[in-house]
Amino acid sequence: MNNRIHAKLREQKKVLSIYFTAGYPKLEDTTRIIRELQSSGVDMIEIGLPFSDPLADGPTIQDSSTKALHNGMTTEKLFEQLEDIREDVDIPLIIMGYFNPMLQYGVEAFCKRCAAIGIDGLIIPDLPVEVYEASYKDIFETYGLANIFLITPQTSEARVRKIDATSEGFIYMVSSASVTGAKSTFGNAQEEYFDRIAALNLETPRIVGFGISNAETFNTATKKADGAIIGSAFIKHLTHHGVEKIKDFIAAIR
Amino acid sequence: MSYHVDQNGYYGNFGGAFIPEMLYPNVEELRTNYLQIMNDPSFKKDFDQLLKDYVGRPTPLYFAKRLSEKYGTRIYFKREDLNHTGAHKVNNTIGQILLARKLGKKRIIAETGAGQHGVATATVCALMGMQCVVYMGEIDIARQAPNVARMKMLGAEVRPALSGSRTLKDATNEAIRDWINNPLDTHYIIGSAIGPHPYPDMVTRFQSVISEEIRKQLLEKEGRDYPDHVVACIGGGSNAAGSYYHFLDDTRVNIIAVEAAGKGIDSGESAATSALGREGIIHGCKTLLMQTDDGQITEPYSISAGLDYPGVGPMHAHLYASKRGEFISVTDDDAMNAGLELTRLEGIIPAIETAHALAVPQQRPFKKDEVVVINLSGRGDKDLNTYIDHFNL
Ligand SMILES: Cc1ncc(COP(=O)(O)O)c(C=O)c1O
Repeated sequence: MNNRIHAKLREQKKVLSIYFTAGYPKLEDTTRIIRELQSSGVDMIEIGLPFSDPLADGPTIQDSSTKALHNGMTTEKLFEQLEDIREDVDIPLIIMGYFNPMLQYGVEAFCKRCAAIGIDGLIIPDLPVEVYEASYKDIFETYGLANIFLITPQTSEARVRKIDATSEGFIYMVSSASVTGAKSTFGNAQEEYFDRIAALNLETPRIVGFGISNAETFNTATKKADGAIIGSAFIKHLTHHGVEKIKDFIAAIR
Repeated sequence: MSYHVDQNGYYGNFGGAFIPEMLYPNVEELRTNYLQIMNDPSFKKDFDQLLKDYVGRPTPLYFAKRLSEKYGTRIYFKREDLNHTGAHKVNNTIGQILLARKLGKKRIIAETGAGQHGVATATVCALMGMQCVVYMGEIDIARQAPNVARMKMLGAEVRPALSGSRTLKDATNEAIRDWINNPLDTHYIIGSAIGPHPYPDMVTRFQSVISEEIRKQLLEKEGRDYPDHVVACIGGGSNAAGSYYHFLDDTRVNIIAVEAAGKGIDSGESAATSALGREGIIHGCKTLLMQTDDGQITEPYSISAGLDYPGVGPMHAHLYASKRGEFISVTDDDAMNAGLELTRLEGIIPAIETAHALAVPQQRPFKKDEVVVINLSGRGDKDLNTYIDHFNL
């Protein structure tokens, strides 16, 4: 497989990726946020498809998801909003969401629509690697979509290697044992984990997420990884300062 | 056809473990160890001993003479309400805390709807000297106040779930998030036959003592070790799974599952999952699920906090899909009336969850000679305020 994610990670180290929830703060903000992020110099974007019961998320993303659903966001609506996004956005775009809405849309139909729009990958936290391999891998490959798996500090080396072998694009390194949510610093345990995984010399690039909130955490996370993802801290900034001030947030990271 | 879990954690098309990677080590540790631990003779001995001396098992199988006369059939009650803490929930918490101890865990978390599972968890934590945190929806904290007080007195911390419908589903979300945040020292005691494999099977096995005893007791009382019908209410489905377990493959036994219709199946305020749900994923499990066309989980409604859940355990989804089970739904009003009727005819105040199962003889006639066992899953002390308000007593 070779799409925009692979190309980006070949050409650039220390990728800055931003997660936001589609349909928040306002239903029609989705494409505007994407364009602002691109023009602010962000390298990659994760578009959150909101879910009613986001098990792996802390209060900030839970809250943005609830509001997005209240605003009227649906799977179909998101696809409609993204229809023309590739006219002027060329950075990698990933959809991150829970499995049930995709299952209800139809996994194949979902992937087909993503490919038609120009989505490069999916992150589905509650679709385990075993189920993916047994039932969905062929579909993702047919449509050229990278399925991105998570690892955590508790993931065994054997399992990290298995995930490395199945992964396309990058491996999503969850920074610590926690749900999503901003942290202001990383401790020794995190740095040891970053070092330990770096020493495995995996095939797939690694991007760190969960708990990245500012320049300091971004720099620590990317010392030994290929990039980092900011979610909750960005959503908080959107909540308080609005879509107009996206550039300020990105400028403060690097 | 098999009604038991298969090698991969499925009941037919339902079950599995759709969990985020953060939970994988914990769930995998359970999956690889639970059967071995449960089959270990020393574990069995401890479990049986506690069920006998601490919980008060076996619970009676009681022939309800006046109710049987009224409905022209032979109704027996399996008296899980007489367990210590007042419901079947403790069968599972005793089992799981012994298992948690074997796995070296120090801290216990649980979700609760009616508070019965929370109380049963807080109780075994007190007994074993373990730290206990119980998540409970804000709405349920208000409607089940006596159980909140009991949990606090038992030394548990009750944390309100403030998201979504602020009921059982949301309490379960919060408990799962806690487990993600505390992966090493914590065991999550799920209170029903739900969640990722191996939970539905593990909880079912701990609850299967109910049908094991029914068999022996019926043999004494009726001269045969099976009923014609076994009836239980379904929230997530643990008391039902335990009541059915030893009869699953016995086709002489009709299995009746009772769901909460709330204000009526078509009212928009209901928790009748088999009628209103489609296949989907909730709390790590593929099962029947109430959801929007778009796959968002719907907020259910029932007057009873313990049945106010938008899914059912995967065993029950399979019993429904395979038509092995007969599914009936009972409204708030019919359940409340059946609860009062039992109180007045037999002198037993049932939990409102249980009262749903008690409404079955009014909705569905049984023959005169048929033996009907209804699982009396819990007592109604926690529900007195709801009864009193409902009937202006
Ligand atoms: C007395 C009683 N019965 C039934 C239930 C429903 O749970 P389950 O379906 O797991 O038996 C509850 C749950 O709180 C309960 O307290």
